[in-house]
Amino acid sequence: MSTFLGIPAPRGVGHLRGDRPFPDAARGALADSQLRRNLGHATRTIRGKRASVVGELDDWEQLRLAGSALKAATMARLDEHLERLEREVTARGGTVHWARDAREANEIVTGLVRKAGTREVVKVKSMATQEIGLNEALEAAGIETHETDLAELIVQLGGDLPSHILVPAIHRNRAEIREIFLRRMPEVDPDLTAEPRRLAMAARAHLRERFLRAKVAISGANFGVADTGTLLVVESEGNGRMCLTLPETLITVMGIEKVVPTWQDLEVFLQLLPRSSTGERMNPYTSAWTGVTPGDGPQEFHLVLLDNGRTAALSDELGRTALHCIKCSACLNVCPVYERTGGHAYGSVYPGPIGAVLSPQLTGVEDNASLPYASSLCGACFDACPVRIDIPSLLVRLRARHVDEQRKRPVPTPEAIAMAAASWVMSSPTRFAAAEKGARLGRVLGRGSGRIRTLPPPLSAWTASRDAPRPPAETFREWWARERGGAS
Amino acid sequence: MRIALFLTCLGDALHPEVGRATVTLLERLGHEVVFPADQTCCGQMHVNTGYQREALPLVRHHVATFEPYDVIVAPSGSCVGCVRHQHAMVARGADDERLAERAEAVAARTYELSELLVDVLGVEDVGAYYPHRVTYHPTCHSLRMLRVGDKPLRLLRRVRGMTLIELPEADQCCGFGGTFALKNADTSTAMLADKMRNVLATGAEVATAGDASCLMHIGGGLSRLRSGTRTVHLAEILASTA
Repeated sequence: MSTFLGIPAPRGVGHLRGDRPFPDAARGALADSQLRRNLGHATRTIRGKRASVVGELDDWEQLRLAGSALKAATMARLDEHLERLEREVTARGGTVHWARDAREANEIVTGLVRKAGTREVVKVKSMATQEIGLNEALEAAGIETHETDLAELIVQLGGDLPSHILVPAIHRNRAEIREIFLRRMPEVDPDLTAEPRRLAMAARAHLRERFLRAKVAISGANFGVADTGTLLVVESEGNGRMCLTLPETLITVMGIEKVVPTWQDLEVFLQLLPRSSTGERMNPYTSAWTGVTPGDGPQEFHLVLLDNGRTAALSDELGRTALHCIKCSACLNVCPVYERTGGHAYGSVYPGPIGAVLSPQLTGVEDNASLPYASSLCGACFDACPVRIDIPSLLVRLRARHVDEQRKRPVPTPEAIAMAAASWVMSSPTRFAAAEKGARLGRVLGRGSGRIRTLPPPLSAWTASRDAPRPPAETFREWWARERGGAS
Repeated sequence: MRIALFLTCLGDALHPEVGRATVTLLERLGHEVVFPADQTCCGQMHVNTGYQREALPLVRHHVATFEPYDVIVAPSGSCVGCVRHQHAMVARGADDERLAERAEAVAARTYELSELLVDVLGVEDVGAYYPHRVTYHPTCHSLRMLRVGDKPLRLLRRVRGMTLIELPEADQCCGFGGTFALKNADTSTAMLADKMRNVLATGAEVATAGDASCLMHIGGGLSRLRSGTRTVHLAEILASTA
């Protein structure tokens, strides 16, 4: 059921859709042996870490239920919480901006950076700013951006796109990172090795100078507490904290679904998030700031609240649960599809199972129609999700919405014709038995081996890599009728 | 006990040996098996591909066919998963609350084979003999939709003459996923490649599972490679005797 909100909700724009359907984009990734090896190794490692720290908690399932309930309750009164957040941030010296979509958000941020009189910014790792393509918008306005999260830096220097929500450079290994640093860091030691410590030291030297120089920092937010107007960022490296404390101006871009009503809610989410994402009991850095504190930290604070398709997703009763996502990426790490294709194949900054349900809802499913099908519905994502988003059911629902959109076309698709025919045949035992008899003609194909090696399209997609069973000489119902004398 | 066999369309049309094995097994355990001849298909392919409207007549037909029976068994985790978790949803999607309630009542009496044996009939040793090296793949829907847990393994461990070898990364999907295997054939094949690598690493002659569909996928890959390892449904192993 969907609720009409009076005015049409804006569609999400930005890095939310690819230029090729998933199966095409996946093909290239699947053939990249280095990528397959990097992803297999990385996801297996994180899976193991997550499983071990989640296993430590007796009340993990209760925590998941609490997280899910808190999110559902928050979404039900999102407007009130957001207005409260705005009031509290404003009362504490911050300025709140509302952005309908990526374009508006980018304009607001560009204007604010210009006003601060600088041509470069440092950035905290943030999915919202990746989603809206903020770096590109700033670069187009002549403003240089420096990603300071190590993995985001690797992606930025490599002229690459993030391929994972939490570990954006998961598709790169040490040797590749060394090569990127040697190519793109002019001051780097030419004898740099691929030893992780040496790579981290090189990044540290590169970034330190920029932290000290920057007048403006841009961040996202993991949580915004409505009660006090406090924003939070959780991270591992401390580079985020440098950005959040050193520059004079801080601009935070936060999706509207990130609001939580009270500090007490964080008790649940700050347990769920690190264990699900990095597989740690607690993340090394949790930074929280409330408006502006005179003489301490940034003296100007702007909060940009981003819709970009979220209100549209919110209007769907089941679909809105995708907005419960706390961006931990546990579902990516357990997904057998993601593990083999990586994130780029999804064409959106939100890849993997959650991306396959979130991206089409932000853009409209007809604009991202291949993503809901990029899953075998194995259900591993649902089990791993710390806020219990039933991703398989959402995928099925989005597939239905896509099919229903297709029904509006004047000529039905070949698939729709086949599905209607199958439904007609299978809703009658007589017709089904007749179809089984027809299928027996296929027995001519598998003589010799007992297996069928080639079938015509669309079943050729099966036999390209798998044999098909030869239809039996006698179906079960025929055997039953012969042996047991017909119907029961 | 009088048990209605819901064989599934795939079992009826392509793998009758699975149905015959289920009948043999349950009769050997002293139960009466009936085959409601009107049965066709649970509609899972339609639901999971997005064709809920087309699934509706199949749900209606399935409910009407199995409503008269007290205990229903299917040798498929996936089809039982559809009956239990999707039939009522499809009915409600079409605003048919009455059908949804009837579907829920049928679903509550429908069991996957290992659930029926262990939970309802209370047996783990079914008296089977199967002198082969076997590895077991827990299918996704039996594992995560039905939560059958280790029931199939408990049954397999009691089979005489059999060597059961643990499958590495067992809970990873084989890549079948219904129409996923066609729509995303390359990704599906990549998943299958890893599943086959793990199956072959066990050195087993037989890979078994509780779903003919997943076995058709794994078996189709193994036979394409002429690997010398074959797939056999759980019901067939449990039905085997000396």
